[in-house]
Amino acid sequence: MSATVQREITPFRRFAADYASNKIAVVALIGVVIIVFLALFANLIAPQNPYDLAQLDIMDGRLPPGAKSPAGWTYWLGTDDQGRDMFSGILYGLRISLGVGFGSAATAGVIGSALGLIAAYAGGWVETAIMRLVDLQLSFPAILVALMILAFLGKGVMNVMLALVIVEWARYARTARAAALVERRREYVEAAECLALPQWRVLFRHILPNCMPPLIVIGAIQVASAILLEATLSFLGLGVPITEPSLGLLIANGYQYMLSGKYWISFYPGLALLVTIVCLNLVADQLRDVLNPRLQR
Amino acid sequence: MTVWIFRRLIQAVFVMLAMTVIVFVGVNVIGDPVEILISPDADQAERIRAIAALGLDKPLWEQYLRFLWGAVRGDLGRSFVFNEPALQLISQRMPATLELAVTAVLLAVVLGIPLGLLAGLYPHSLFGRLAMAGSILGFSLPSFWVGLMFIMIFAVQLGWLPSTGRGATVTVFGIPWSFLTRDGLAHMAMPAFNLALGNIALVLRLTRSGVRENMPMDYVRFARAKGLSPQRVVFVHVLKNIMIPVVTVLGLQFGSTVAFAVVTESVFAWPGMGKLIIDSINVLDRPVIVAYLMMIVLMFVTINLIVDLLYTVLDPRVRIGGAE
Repeated sequence: MSATVQREITPFRRFAADYASNKIAVVALIGVVIIVFLALFANLIAPQNPYDLAQLDIMDGRLPPGAKSPAGWTYWLGTDDQGRDMFSGILYGLRISLGVGFGSAATAGVIGSALGLIAAYAGGWVETAIMRLVDLQLSFPAILVALMILAFLGKGVMNVMLALVIVEWARYARTARAAALVERRREYVEAAECLALPQWRVLFRHILPNCMPPLIVIGAIQVASAILLEATLSFLGLGVPITEPSLGLLIANGYQYMLSGKYWISFYPGLALLVTIVCLNLVADQLRDVLNPRLQR
Repeated sequence: MTVWIFRRLIQAVFVMLAMTVIVFVGVNVIGDPVEILISPDADQAERIRAIAALGLDKPLWEQYLRFLWGAVRGDLGRSFVFNEPALQLISQRMPATLELAVTAVLLAVVLGIPLGLLAGLYPHSLFGRLAMAGSILGFSLPSFWVGLMFIMIFAVQLGWLPSTGRGATVTVFGIPWSFLTRDGLAHMAMPAFNLALGNIALVLRLTRSGVRENMPMDYVRFARAKGLSPQRVVFVHVLKNIMIPVVTVLGLQFGSTVAFAVVTESVFAWPGMGKLIIDSINVLDRPVIVAYLMMIVLMFVTINLIVDLLYTVLDPRVRIGGAE
């Protein structure tokens, strides 16, 4: 008989062990944590506040990576046309990109999941109305819907978030409805209904928690696509304003200097964006495999 | 079958109507129609006269019917910037966009299907795994940034390809085309490939999973047992069964490609309707915005309709399922 105490296998431990079975996914998760950390503490990590004009020197404009500033420190990723340190600019840009991406994906998740659950539970004309709207919206590509909304509203951080929420809610609604249709036939729902619990309680306290796995997977994918879409819109000049530059806008700023060979103004923000998206997609891929092997993209 | 087509047609008309309402509400309720439709240089008297002439003092439903009637006759207003009918501007730029999008979709077929076949036949080989990793990258890469990098490498550093514009064109049936000249092809190479990247990844994945699904099936085993060559089994028997989903997805993807051309055209200054819409949004040339949105919605509704109809022709199971 071994004397060791059997460690209890909680659902979370099992989940963590399943997730860790793919080494690349673990690296990607660490990457996401580091990126979020960098964005959250940008003001502490960045060597310079890129939007404090007192700290900028126009004479430092468009210096290549590794150049020294007159004050004696090194611009590891070069500077942009205003003499901003690109590394600091990227950290502050990450903050806006991630804020918009996570914020809109979470808002869309709450609205979309609620509507999807209501559609599945209510049935009848409510379900038809909601699902027809979902079908209509998903038959047009995200970029077109976002373009249309921003053409009406004009640019701005809140407008971009609103556009992203409108673009993304439909996918959550479809997923939530599909999951809830399966769950609502289960015995525990019948039991809850027999207890004469109010409908909203059955729906949101009993059915919703059991629909979470596919919704988490969709959420992870949607964060990545929201960040990418925001960057694209900002690159086109329809997204965030100049005063709050995200990674997409930083890339756009470097566009005009590309042709004279000053690659770093566009290259490094793009690399930061690429690494962020790849890490998020890899995490989402592994989550999908672990949480729901049946769900195929 | 006829009933089904008829029902599907009516549905398409309803989607189209719904979109006109959305675009109309977007321009007239969310935005300020006076600012949108009347030149900002007009003085007070001119404004009042213009408001009456445009019918902006009428109730909203009446304005909507006027807008709808204009749209049916192909009259969506005049551009402030070009002082030309908005619809005409869009249709002038359309061939350039369609040329780019068709080339991108063709590239996706020509590159995506063979790569997907190889990756599906040898999923555990180095190539198979590289192809899958590459396809994840294809979905994750910010397309506009890749375009910039193309310009950086192939135009600035290597100097092989021209960076922007459409190059020399040849006019056929009154429409200028780039793909008929060497210079035009050189100009088209980077934007078309850039636009195709996502589609290549998509076709590769679809083909690969199709091959992996079909290879263990009975009909493949039977074809082999009959003594057919491996090439014939793959290229005739398996490929035929994979093509249905690939064709459907590509058909649907064509619309997205045209919509996404907005990005590629902005990067490479390709003079298509995508670049026109971005320029128009930036200078608030709203009649052009409305015309673009209506045209692209019409295109989407038509594509969805055609794909649905083709699907019933290609796959008899859908037809039988629809009749029940």
